[in-house]
Amino acid sequence: MLTLLDFILRLALWLVLAPLLPGLINKVKAWVAGRRGPPVLQLYYDLARLWRKSVVLSTLASPGFILAPAVAWVALVGAALLLPLGPAGTALGFRGDVLLMIYLLALARFCTVWAALETGSAFEGMGSVREVSYAVLTEAAIIAAVLSLCVNTGGLSLGAILAPSAGAGAALLAGGLFTVLLAENCRVPFDDPNTHLELTMVHEAMILDHSGPPLAAILHGASVKLMLFSVLLVQAVVPLGDLAPLAAYGALAGGVLVVVVGVGLVESLLARFAFRQVPFLLTLAFLLCLFALLVAWKGGAA
Amino acid sequence: MNSTDTFAQLANGTALPWAEVPAWPVAEFVQVTASALERGGRLCAWFGVAEPAAGPALGRAQAPAAGSALGQGAICLVAVVAFDAENILSVGRSEPFAGKYPALTPLNHQAHLFEREVWEQYGVEPEGHPWLKPVRRTAGTAPAVGEFFRVDGAEIHEVAVGPVHAGIIEPGHFRFQCAGEEVIHLEIALGYQHRGVETALAGGPHRATCSQMETVAGDTTIAHATAYATVLETLGGGEAPLRAQWLRSIALELERLANHTGDLGALANDVAFLPTSSSCGKIRGDFLNLTALLCGNRFGRGLVRPGGCGHDLEPARIAQALERLAAALAEVETAATWLWDAASVRARFENVGTVYASQAAEIGLVGPAARASGVVRDVRYDHPAGWHRFAQAPVAVWSGGDVLARARVRWLEIQRSGQFLREQLASPPEGAVREELLPAAPDTLAVTLVEGWRGEVCHVALTDEAGRFRNYKVVDPSFHNWTGLALALRGQAISDFPICNKSFNLSYCGFDL
Repeated sequence: MLTLLDFILRLALWLVLAPLLPGLINKVKAWVAGRRGPPVLQLYYDLARLWRKSVVLSTLASPGFILAPAVAWVALVGAALLLPLGPAGTALGFRGDVLLMIYLLALARFCTVWAALETGSAFEGMGSVREVSYAVLTEAAIIAAVLSLCVNTGGLSLGAILAPSAGAGAALLAGGLFTVLLAENCRVPFDDPNTHLELTMVHEAMILDHSGPPLAAILHGASVKLMLFSVLLVQAVVPLGDLAPLAAYGALAGGVLVVVVGVGLVESLLARFAFRQVPFLLTLAFLLCLFALLVAWKGGAA
Repeated sequence: MNSTDTFAQLANGTALPWAEVPAWPVAEFVQVTASALERGGRLCAWFGVAEPAAGPALGRAQAPAAGSALGQGAICLVAVVAFDAENILSVGRSEPFAGKYPALTPLNHQAHLFEREVWEQYGVEPEGHPWLKPVRRTAGTAPAVGEFFRVDGAEIHEVAVGPVHAGIIEPGHFRFQCAGEEVIHLEIALGYQHRGVETALAGGPHRATCSQMETVAGDTTIAHATAYATVLETLGGGEAPLRAQWLRSIALELERLANHTGDLGALANDVAFLPTSSSCGKIRGDFLNLTALLCGNRFGRGLVRPGGCGHDLEPARIAQALERLAAALAEVETAATWLWDAASVRARFENVGTVYASQAAEIGLVGPAARASGVVRDVRYDHPAGWHRFAQAPVAVWSGGDVLARARVRWLEIQRSGQFLREQLASPPEGAVREELLPAAPDTLAVTLVEGWRGEVCHVALTDEAGRFRNYKVVDPSFHNWTGLALALRGQAISDFPICNKSFNLSYCGFDL
């Protein structure tokens, strides 16, 4: 009974808090630009509005066009639930759950691409190609990062590898994972979440033809993904397991806030990269994570 | 080459009796025009003038499928060629003909769109034209429907953008032939904004004509209105009072400042560089408000009127304008400095969308787009008329021809226009701001060029025996420059299209008329 309650509370926490993060990023950007900006709760309003709308369907699209966003949303929420939340640990943790999380993220991406290709639109085709080619490098970086944590702690479950300190490679890991966070969540300098220019979009181009509740699921899923990566980054870098429970919760929340402000500042001060430059930056992120792995592997012995 | 092979010469903002415009049989006229262009001339305008039905018809024209109702009788072709280095314009025409004629385009590419336009309007077919299709599709199906240049191959995919765009911009259709992210060819189909501006002018000027000319391209209000007013004043045999010319030149530079500032911000926005993007939108508003200070309208409507200006600028408002101008210029300097100092921005602008100087000359680019390719071409300097005979700003040129060069030219022009305004506002000429317009001379051709913020605005008027417009030709700089955008995209990443497009920032309605 208590487990069930714990599970429901976690689910509610992820679902309710996630849309706050994009709102905070927008506030930071507005603040830097000297504007008032949209309300922090804007995404909640948007989701409520989209949920009430009907769906416009292409005559070309198969049921996969509706199904895929739903599957992607479930996969993302599932991956989020695998993550421990500081001292509270995980609700669903098991040995090897770290692999499941990586595969759930991949499944979500597959579904988004599937739904995009259903429309037969040139824009969505281009967006999918870009998304998938970025993913080749970001997934390698994530795997290297997770491996370094596993080697560092000797554990294979998220709860075990995220609690202690990331060791000497923490700074490398922070740099690598933050870059991956920006790429995976379509932020500047990889993508521009505010752009209206279809030809330059990555993630936005893939969802151009979605509307109503499926679009709400996609947008909400994207915010869950952003929170997932923020929480993962903070726990990987900050040794929450060494802190008192209350301090650990504070550090987790504060860390996520720092990540969000960081994303906002990057977006305020940096121009977006040309597509041909992106692989270099992603390779850099992969190398950072790889060096973190080397440090974890050989660093202890040295 | 004998002396009968030369066009009649005139200066910017002057007129010539129609009888003095030399005429050749059409095949010879094409050759003469080609040799004039060969000698360093630039095709400002090329258009048809319908002959009265009395003339002997040489055979019924084959009206194109999408041709207009005009596509019947005989016409004569008129060419206006500018020799920038010699500061003269020259005009020639063909004898009336109908049906077919040997195309000029294979001899000189500047005529490409002009010949398509005449074909569409009058049904005379340029034989040997490499890509004969309507430029606006004034009748029949939409511009996006029809034949496009196609690249074959299993790896090639076609991307169609528009006419409805995601932003709040004008409609136009872009057809890309891509291999992956690389654009092999771009073809642009416009015409959605066609309002029949030139058709409405026949028999004019009408009461609404001046207001209509202000909306040929709404962001180029002052330039088009000045060109139109100058044409009327020239046809009347006079010119506007000096104070009016001074005021027009001030409004023209304010228009340039506002648009260049807005474009720098838009360029920053397209690469997601927020600092410049956020502030330039506001500063553009400051410049627009300065224009409003002159005449009560942010786009300068109602300021330029045939015979002078609709509003005067008294000393108190001059002082206010100088003060606000200084503040806005200081702010735009800060915003531009952020843009140039950001390495991430330079990485996006450099070596993207390059138009080489040879290409710019070949297709007859005008305005900042030409100057960014290292071509020194500025009507204010090459063909000064109005106040620019007495006061000039240095021509802003940058080599490179890429997006960075076009942005840098904008910035140079912002600085120089600012300096020009400071000097001119401080020393206004005395006198009236408006005089009565004299009646237009009959059977006369008047040519006016004005350097609008996008480039050369060309107006050519031909009057009938009563002094009404028999023909009125408007050439917006966009008409020359859209081809430049298509060229700039070759071999570029398709994701760089928005910044290439913004660096030109061409007008759809100015093209569509």
